[in-house]
Amino acid sequence: MSRADSSGSDPLPAEESSDSWIRPTVFYNKQTKYIVYGALLLFVLWSAWELRPSPARVLSGAEAAQGLLATMFPPDFTPEARRRIWDGMIESVAMSIVATILGVAISVPIAVMAAENLAPRPVYYVGRAIVSISRSLHELVLAIVAVVTVGLGPLAGVIALVFATPGFYAKLLAEELEDIDNGQADAIRAVGGSRLQVLVYGVAPQVVPRMVGLAIYRWDINIRASTIVGIVGAGGIGVTLLNSFDRYEYDFTLAIVLSIIAVVLAGELASAIIRRRLQ
Amino acid sequence: MLTITDLRKVYPTGDEALKGVSMRVSGDEVVSVIGPSGAGKSTLISCINRLTEPTDGSIVLDDTKITSLSKRDLRRSRREMGMIFQEFNLIERLTVMENVLSGRLGYMSNWKAFRRKFDAEDISKAYEILDRVGLEDVEDKRVDELSGGQRQRVGIARAVLQRPKILLVDEPTSSLDPETSAAVMELLTEIAREEEIPVVINIHEVDLALEHTDRVVGLTDGRIVFDGPPGELDDGARDTIYRGGEPRAKAGERTTSTESVEIEPEGSF
Ligand SMILES: Nc1ncnc2c1ncn2[C@@H]1O[C@H](COP(=O)(O)OP(=O)(O)OP(=O)(O)O)[C@@H](O)[C@H]1O
Ligand SMILES: [Mg+2]
Repeated sequence: MSRADSSGSDPLPAEESSDSWIRPTVFYNKQTKYIVYGALLLFVLWSAWELRPSPARVLSGAEAAQGLLATMFPPDFTPEARRRIWDGMIESVAMSIVATILGVAISVPIAVMAAENLAPRPVYYVGRAIVSISRSLHELVLAIVAVVTVGLGPLAGVIALVFATPGFYAKLLAEELEDIDNGQADAIRAVGGSRLQVLVYGVAPQVVPRMVGLAIYRWDINIRASTIVGIVGAGGIGVTLLNSFDRYEYDFTLAIVLSIIAVVLAGELASAIIRRRLQ
Repeated sequence: MLTITDLRKVYPTGDEALKGVSMRVSGDEVVSVIGPSGAGKSTLISCINRLTEPTDGSIVLDDTKITSLSKRDLRRSRREMGMIFQEFNLIERLTVMENVLSGRLGYMSNWKAFRRKFDAEDISKAYEILDRVGLEDVEDKRVDELSGGQRQRVGIARAVLQRPKILLVDEPTSSLDPETSAAVMELLTEIAREEEIPVVINIHEVDLALEHTDRVVGLTDGRIVFDGPPGELDDGARDTIYRGGEPRAKAGERTTSTESVEIEPEGSF
């Protein structure tokens, strides 16, 4: 303010004030900012209106939740329950391991295809398209398709997870491949190496540690996914979970949910530790 | 013998890096290519083995016209051209031995290469060459544990193990300190003479070029403006190469002019 006063008596045009500073915003100006905020608020109100939770509905929901919680405790960890959880969990973890190995195996060539510096143009577009499609389909959607195709059971789950893997693994590996030192690949080209030799000698050594790290990361994601695809009948602990709902064995449900949390956390921890070791 | 005729290179960006270069390298000549930054030296070298695809002109190595080879035949011809790089371009995570042996990849099937199944003969030759370049007992070290000078020696060993018909060398010493530079140049040119391989070396340091090579080619703005023995590279020739023909004193006075100067080839050219 004082700055503006002093410049009033100054015949020269005022310079930018150097004692005040306004944080540049992502919006062009104040009006745009308020319009955007207003639109956001309207959007939230509209969503609430669309759902229209009536007071009666909220109340009855709360009662149902209370009933559910009451029957859930204590969780059912009897020996028979433990055996069923164990069987389901073993199936889930086995599914995640098989799916990760197969998924990574198909993702590696897709990643090479989707790396701009390694693949010819048309191949590059095909690679990118495969990655995008795989990314856009949720594991559950893939699991439904797989169940329809090969029937109920863990095979469907494995297929779903295998097809979901490139969306993550091939995408990140392709980015890694685009960042390599091309000089090393050029050196192998210069000695007359074939395309495959360039990949094996000039490219792979630069990305192998990252490939292993990403595979373990994906394995941990696949563990989580493998516990849920059973909801649509694609094998694993999810099937056990679904059955417990159907039979109103909510104490068993809680035991399963707790076990899933434990296994997923253990997987995440193991993955984090191994990946740190690899650095 | 390497014969380059009217070689042109226009990059997709529109940069005309080579504007018609013709030269011949024969016998076991060691030829240095000097010139200011951006003159097209690296482009020239990498056009010879077509790591950079030339736009026009021809390159003939012995009886093979490199510029009209198919991809497959080009790979065969690349085996006969050893390349040494400014940034070494070694496979950082592999051992020294694997790096040297990778010089033989062009002669190996994909399957053998994949299993790292190198011929016994290549392995014993690799040991010999490692000794020759002064790298005894480091064959099991990973390349990223080596010093710059050691790395370039590995680069030289890899190229020599190819048993090439010619060595293409792009600024072998500009990542090295002056002392190491001199040692590496000495080693490189000595080996080339022992093995009777002709060499084309891009080099920034004119003194190294004069000391170690039989013939100097001056490249300016995509054209050859000097070609002769080191003894003929007098001040006038240097001015032609580095100042586009401006004499030294006059060039010093000019501070603001940016107009381009037509280059008149002179001297032995
Ligand atoms: N990949 C590329 N894409 C586009 N233009 C390029 C490329 N490589 C080089 N150029 C251009 O071609 C010209 C010659 O470059 P080049 O690298 O061959 O010169 P140089 O003589 O090796 O220079 P330096 O001594 O700095 O290594 C320069 O104008 C450069 O900008
Ligand atoms: Mg260069």
